[in-house]
Amino acid sequence: MPIGLPVGLNEPYAEMSWLATMRTNGVTMPKFILQVNQTTHTIDAEADMPLLWALRDLLSLVGTKYGCGIGQCGACTVHLAGKSVRSCLLTVKDAEKLPITTIEALAQEQNLHPLQQAWINQDVAQCGYCQTGQIMTAAALLTENPQPTDDDIDQAMAGNYCRCGTYPRIKSAIKEASALISQNIQILVPPEGDLA
Amino acid sequence: MNQLLTSIQQILRQNSQGQAIDRRQFLKLAGVAGTSLLLIAPSSDNQAANINADNASTVGAVELNAFVSIASDGKITIYSSNPEMGQGIKTALPMIIAEELGADWTDVEVLQSPVDSARFGRHGAGGSTTIPRTFDQMRQLGASAREMLLIAGAISMELPKNELVTRLSQVVHPPTGNFMRFGQLAALAAKQPLPNAKTLAYKKAEDYTLIGTSVTGVDNLEITTGAALFGIDTQIPDMLYAIYHKCPAIGGKVINANIDQIKKLPGIKDAFILKGNDNVRELLDGVAIVGSNTWAVFKAQQQLVVEWDEADASKDNWPAMVKQAEALAKTTGATTVLDKGKPEKQFTDPENTTLEAFYEYPFVAHLCLEPMNCTASYQTGTAGGKDTLELWIPTQAPERAYQVTQGLFDLDNDQVLIHQMRLGGSFGRRIYNEYVCEATAISKRMNAPVKLTWRREDDIQHDFYRVGGFQAVKGAINSNGQLVAFKDHFIGMLNNGKAVSGSRIHATEFPAQNIRHAHISKTMLEIGTPCGPWRAPGSNTSAFVIQSFLHELALAGKRDHLDFLLELMGEPRWFESGNIRSLNTGRASAVIRLAAEKAGWGGKLAAGHGLGLAFYFSHAAHVAEVAEVSVDSAKKLTVHKVTVAVDVGPIINMSGALSQVSGAVIDGLSTMMGQKITMQQGRIEQSNLHDYKVLRMPSVPIINTHFIQSKYPPTGLGEPALPPLAPAIGNAIFAATGERVRKMPLAELGYTI
Repeated sequence: MPIGLPVGLNEPYAEMSWLATMRTNGVTMPKFILQVNQTTHTIDAEADMPLLWALRDLLSLVGTKYGCGIGQCGACTVHLAGKSVRSCLLTVKDAEKLPITTIEALAQEQNLHPLQQAWINQDVAQCGYCQTGQIMTAAALLTENPQPTDDDIDQAMAGNYCRCGTYPRIKSAIKEASALISQNIQILVPPEGDLA
Repeated sequence: MNQLLTSIQQILRQNSQGQAIDRRQFLKLAGVAGTSLLLIAPSSDNQAANINADNASTVGAVELNAFVSIASDGKITIYSSNPEMGQGIKTALPMIIAEELGADWTDVEVLQSPVDSARFGRHGAGGSTTIPRTFDQMRQLGASAREMLLIAGAISMELPKNELVTRLSQVVHPPTGNFMRFGQLAALAAKQPLPNAKTLAYKKAEDYTLIGTSVTGVDNLEITTGAALFGIDTQIPDMLYAIYHKCPAIGGKVINANIDQIKKLPGIKDAFILKGNDNVRELLDGVAIVGSNTWAVFKAQQQLVVEWDEADASKDNWPAMVKQAEALAKTTGATTVLDKGKPEKQFTDPENTTLEAFYEYPFVAHLCLEPMNCTASYQTGTAGGKDTLELWIPTQAPERAYQVTQGLFDLDNDQVLIHQMRLGGSFGRRIYNEYVCEATAISKRMNAPVKLTWRREDDIQHDFYRVGGFQAVKGAINSNGQLVAFKDHFIGMLNNGKAVSGSRIHATEFPAQNIRHAHISKTMLEIGTPCGPWRAPGSNTSAFVIQSFLHELALAGKRDHLDFLLELMGEPRWFESGNIRSLNTGRASAVIRLAAEKAGWGGKLAAGHGLGLAFYFSHAAHVAEVAEVSVDSAKKLTVHKVTVAVDVGPIINMSGALSQVSGAVIDGLSTMMGQKITMQQGRIEQSNLHDYKVLRMPSVPIINTHFIQSKYPPTGLGEPALPPLAPAIGNAIFAATGERVRKMPLAELGYTI
């Protein structure tokens, strides 16, 4: 494997021809170890690269979205040691070696997270772009506070912008998930085409 | 976990990959007779709003388009050919096909179709037109497929076809209870000749079991697990990442840039100046930076120093526009749009009360949460072969991408393969394809696949804005409190001598059509700031002006606003009978009454609360809204509730329809509350969410929506619930506080939310 390749990337990346050229311009990058979704990745990146871009461009975890880059929209929300953080503001240096969870690992084994099921039941999404960030923020809320009031939800979700205005259904879905959690209901990943 | 991810990735590959199938592969797949049943759509006139049994006799005799396939295991695949940007079309259109087909919705998988107008008809979506344009086409597709299955069922079961029906993905013989599943019949059905569209029978609306129900979006599993692929998520082998930096004053040209310095930055592969064609919808001059990841190029952009030639660049200045408009307000517009009766006589009649007002609304940005982006792979032909271009685009108008790549890069359609990606919002923004041109130009220069991603700042500062403008309005009320004359001087904007999207006023503008004396004129100002369609163009600002002013007039006439509005509507009549884009006063009065009734109009309100009513007709939809608000002494606005009544005919997907209305109300509130784009010396002064304020969850009102499902043809709902919101809020603020809102955004008047 050529020097400078992130560990654990899929095959197309191993063939990236530009890497050879990049090395010849004399720029080398430091290595960082990221613990993402219980997998260890060594990445080559500038120390100030926001985690967002490491996830998306280097690890191909594109469920975490870029919206504003200044921590104002919440589309890039991930969990760092269980807390919701804006991955556009968190550098890979600061995130190093801490456990990171992205939307791709929110479901456990064959079970959707109750929020994901509630999101489907409530048909929350319109364009859908902000929803992974919304769900990650909501998941951190429910971990801390499994029975949030309307005000709790408003406060926790105020940093997540939805351009389509799906807020009422986001709120309903969080309440439904809260109820599912209190009943300890396990949700199986539905087979394809069985979501009606 | 890995298992789950793998299964999701599989779904993702299958579900989003109409896109992964290129045309040749697709045709091969389509040709596998016996395993797949391909039905056809009429493409005789894709523009026609009404292809029905009477005029679609060309079906089967013209080019055919495939939408429906049924596998032997019973899986039904329906293509969705239009872009999904949050309007819910990828769920709603297949529901129409599935209804006529008699499919069990749980057997249906919806795929985004490949982009191929010859097979699928027009791909673009916009103007809330897709439902009215395709409703009958979708029904026909479903009915045609059903007919073929019935024939196959009749042969296989040796039963008379006219005794067979379809339901729950079965061909059933009700008298005996015999049935065969679609999957069993698919191979035989596919061998049947295409039915003559004229002979097709259609389900009666009262027999619908799917249309009108609530169905969750077909991509919701992917969206909630992070597996849905938007344009910006495209990753292809050997892909490079790029930004494109343009002059902050729109239209400026590059003289020089510190290219050599940029090239040395970490992760940067190349940087170069591109010469554009001076067409803001295609390619403007700029500097491209190409690197190994998005962050590298974003960061390098901050180091970029460009010397611009701004001789031909925009010099727009918002305060100067306001000043100019204020001076014009006292005049009549240079161009007369409507002059009927004798309005001036009414204004000078001492028996009448005359009222004048000046309204202002700002430019606003689209702010699609997924910024503009495009992945392009330009490959120079080798060994005498032609050049090819493969594009992954979130676009409202895929056909336009063909046009621009032909115009700019001299590529024929057969050299270009377009993958239609999910859009992270659009609202009219992605009708233009300049980001496609930029990505293509960069990929061509690099001779490598390139993903172009705009920074949020570039997205806000290089938009096609909702145009700002002004209206000076005047009205006369007689001694009975009736509106007898209306005058409007509309001050709008031109780009290169042409009225921009949304900068228009028609002679049919309500209430001019409804009264005897009216005058509408306009003055158009030339500007350099590019403008384009933004959710309910024109309507989203005219509704604010006119529906607010009508409230002013009602109060001047000492009238109840509801009575005043209903009186203006008058007897039920359809101004241009048969034209869905013409006001129908019966439908209008019905939604106005319903919204008022459901909102408790005329009843007792909590102390400090006010109700505001507004109606607007746009996009073939009649919509009335009533807002209930209160305002505290620090001008903090609370919107308690918005009650909406809508008549767009029958609802296809109830869940989607409710979502569109609710979203439009919130979008309308967000926009009127805090959003304003201003220019200085041609430069846009706002850049990101810190200085361009949007509505957050805590400020969202309760939204109660009521549909009148009239028997008119169904029409679209992506836009028309937005326009009445701003005047409803403004009128409610007046009811609560006595302060009239004549300007947006409210933040400029000292309000917070």
